[in-house]
Amino acid sequence: MTTVSMTVNGRTVSGQCEDRTLLVQFIRENLGLTGTHVGCDTSQCGACVVHVDGKAVKSCTMLAAQANGSEVMTIEGLASGGDLHPVQAAFREHHGLQCGFCTPGMIMSAVDMINRYGGQLDEKTVRAELEGNICRCTGYHNIVKAILDAASKMGDGARVAAE
Amino acid sequence: MGMEGIGARVERKEDKRFITGKGRYTDDMVVPGMKHAHFVRSPHAHASIRNIDTSTAMKMPGVIGVLAGDELASDGIGSLICGWMIHSKDGSPMNMGDWRPLAQTKVRYVGDAVAVVVADTKAQARDAAEAVIVDYDVLPAVTEAVDALKDGAPLIHDNAPGNLIYDWEIGDSAAVDAAIAGAAHVTRLDLVNNRLVPNAMEPRAALGHYDEGEDHYTCWTTSQNPHVARLVMSAFYNVAPENKLRVIAPDVGGGFGSKIYIYPEEIVCLWASKKTGVPVKWVADRTESFLTDAHGRDHVTTIQMAFDADNKMLAVKADTIANLGAYMSLFSSVVPTFLHAILYSGQYVIPAIHCNMRTVYTNTAPVDAYRGAGRPETTFALERVVETAARELGISPAELRRKNYIREFPYQTPVILCYDSGNYEASLDAAMTAADYNGFPGRKAEAEARGMKRGIGMSSYIEACGIAPSAAVGSLGAGVGLWESAEVRVNAVGTIEVLTGSHSHGQGHETTFAQLVAQRFGVGIDSVSIVHGDTDKVQMGMGTYGSRSGAVGMSAVVKALDKVEAKAKKIAAHLMEADEADIVIEGGQVKVAGTDKALGWHEVSLNAYTAHNLPDGMEPGLKEGAFFDPTNFSFPAGCHICEVEVDPETGKTEIVQFVAADDFGNIINPMVVEGQVHGGVAQGIGQALLEGTHYDPETGQLLTASYMDYTMPRADDLPGYTVSNTVTPATTNPLGIKGCGEAGAIGAPPAVINAITDAIGNNDLAMPATPQRVWAALRSAQ
Repeated sequence: MTTVSMTVNGRTVSGQCEDRTLLVQFIRENLGLTGTHVGCDTSQCGACVVHVDGKAVKSCTMLAAQANGSEVMTIEGLASGGDLHPVQAAFREHHGLQCGFCTPGMIMSAVDMINRYGGQLDEKTVRAELEGNICRCTGYHNIVKAILDAASKMGDGARVAAE
Repeated sequence: MGMEGIGARVERKEDKRFITGKGRYTDDMVVPGMKHAHFVRSPHAHASIRNIDTSTAMKMPGVIGVLAGDELASDGIGSLICGWMIHSKDGSPMNMGDWRPLAQTKVRYVGDAVAVVVADTKAQARDAAEAVIVDYDVLPAVTEAVDALKDGAPLIHDNAPGNLIYDWEIGDSAAVDAAIAGAAHVTRLDLVNNRLVPNAMEPRAALGHYDEGEDHYTCWTTSQNPHVARLVMSAFYNVAPENKLRVIAPDVGGGFGSKIYIYPEEIVCLWASKKTGVPVKWVADRTESFLTDAHGRDHVTTIQMAFDADNKMLAVKADTIANLGAYMSLFSSVVPTFLHAILYSGQYVIPAIHCNMRTVYTNTAPVDAYRGAGRPETTFALERVVETAARELGISPAELRRKNYIREFPYQTPVILCYDSGNYEASLDAAMTAADYNGFPGRKAEAEARGMKRGIGMSSYIEACGIAPSAAVGSLGAGVGLWESAEVRVNAVGTIEVLTGSHSHGQGHETTFAQLVAQRFGVGIDSVSIVHGDTDKVQMGMGTYGSRSGAVGMSAVVKALDKVEAKAKKIAAHLMEADEADIVIEGGQVKVAGTDKALGWHEVSLNAYTAHNLPDGMEPGLKEGAFFDPTNFSFPAGCHICEVEVDPETGKTEIVQFVAADDFGNIINPMVVEGQVHGGVAQGIGQALLEGTHYDPETGQLLTASYMDYTMPRADDLPGYTVSNTVTPATTNPLGIKGCGEAGAIGAPPAVINAITDAIGNNDLAMPATPQRVWAALRSAQ
């Protein structure tokens, strides 16, 4: 067993876990933040994407111990107060989700993508960037629309974040 | 149409929790004292079990129990069953092999559950499962249906000689043979409908909790139909009587058919909870899902279509062998028969039809309904043969279809179904216009100048949804009725709860069902809550599959709303001293027509519960229930057009446009319906281009058991879709709904393959049409 400490959604947390514990298990089981999902065993599906030190990471690909001392943001930490993040709002407005299982990872990847490209995204780039996030319900059409719309709404703000 | 009523593009109420990470799926459930299960599964496709030694595993850290099939059997837990009886053409019943929740004497596919370990943590359960020593006597295995029927094939179930489950037929064989013999032209195709793995993004999971104090069981499970799960586990598997078993399907992360069935794991978790005295949770990993979720499709078909000299269709003859895997899953028998063969008239007037269907056991995962369930297989065969015939006859595929469309309704096909309404030419015209079909030659020439092969293909599909009526399906062998139930509870303050037996796992019922109430009473959807997925809350229901939630589930809500409306009007008429016939309910007000007399909706509901001033003899309260059993199936139909470019150097296909023009009857929420089409088309394109399920023919190992090996469609594999609707309302339910959930997966595969074969000039192309296959087909055509 090892003790792991990190900042998750702005709160300092620590917990005991086995050395082999994955970050996603620590988030779900130790912290009870069940918005981050597990959809595969091989780091393909992206349902577990969170932000670690500002970058999108599949939380099934790293050990909890590797995130020791890091700043982690999960889907639960994205909205500020009662206000949805623009990407969350766009997913709802454009019907970019159905069963909701891939959605947290999709949204966390989309936020990272928009930040990295400073809001300057086109459809082809969005589709290529989503290679690591699998959705079985939507056929991606409305997810792509939602991300492009959020990117254009975030526009300048995203450009600042990217710089 | 009101802002939130029928036809309104209302944002989904359920989305708030999903986009903020507050959805509650089975794996998110935690019960005090809960422990974790891991299943010991067969690594062999076919083997006898000599011995199971659990002694080492029992001593492993954290282990609470290791349970195997002999204990399960001695506790009286029953075998899994198939719930639809099909008889062979000789009158004999289908050969249903024994499927034990934990195999005792023999395993029949890789992944067959043999034992379960319950431990403090998931990791400890997994570690201990590796220490369970199962002594197998490995037997030869067979994975392909055609091979399983051959002489000398390994026998999988003793009571199914030759591995044959049934040899069934429908239609007039003699009339079909005569029509073919006298035809001016016959087109024949040999086709494989590739096996698919449904791959809902949420893996299956179950949490079983036996409460000793109450002698009561609770099961949280990833189910599309929790009431059917409770019924089957109670009536057939002897887990617990219905009144002592609560099944809850909370948020469920996609189903596509694979979560209709009751699998061994739910049964074992409930039983193991009683045996070990702790709540037991099991969550599949993705490879377990690949190995043990019911797969779809896997047909091998020869189809012939006969034409007269005027290009009118005379007959269709289909001969199919369907692979049902190692065991008969819950509805596996009906998929190739009454969900498949009876669709062979398609959208066409075809005087003579015959389909012969042989289903067989193999050493592979069970095969059952997957999005479309039998209808994609029919549509693929039919629409491939129609397109091929057009090429052979030298007329345009659109004209050949147009010439043969059914134009008068109701239309009785030669194979049971009677289509109530439709306008197939309207869908064809809408699709051709949207796709600029007539502009294709110009685009093809432009592509050719760039060295690319461009092709266009279409499919005119029909499907049958809302499988009904119950008496009819009962006469065809169904073990259940196929109605739906609803209850509308108006609270004293006027807010409304709608309880439904339909289950939402992505379809948006919490919004669309509320739109029905908004339409009826003019109340906002925020004051309406949809309750589903819990057998303690909703009395009974048949669940969600076969695109039935709208046509059947919503219709039950409408019937219950009728009763609530009638009672509310009686109360209002009494309170306002008006004639009941003059009462209208709109905009949240209950009014006397032609006067300024009105009561708020909440005032009427409050009066129903104070009961201080009700009409003589009226019971207090405002709560009504209803069951709806449709008089017939509904028949969604439409036309899909796909246009592709193939790179002749690499064989890679790019879909440059995909157009769907569908007739789903009336539509409650266009946004939700479009989403269903997008997702269905994506799965159809996945089947056509990407998804192949491969078992090693010698060892029976599933070679495509992860997302590294099985190609799930990604965003950059798929195009944007152009979708539109034509409308002919269904006549068999009060809303005129036909259903939209499966159409995309049904219509898309033949449209895609018709387009690629058009592009490459070779009609011999198997699904999935991978670059390698397309490249080879292109080369052999040159």
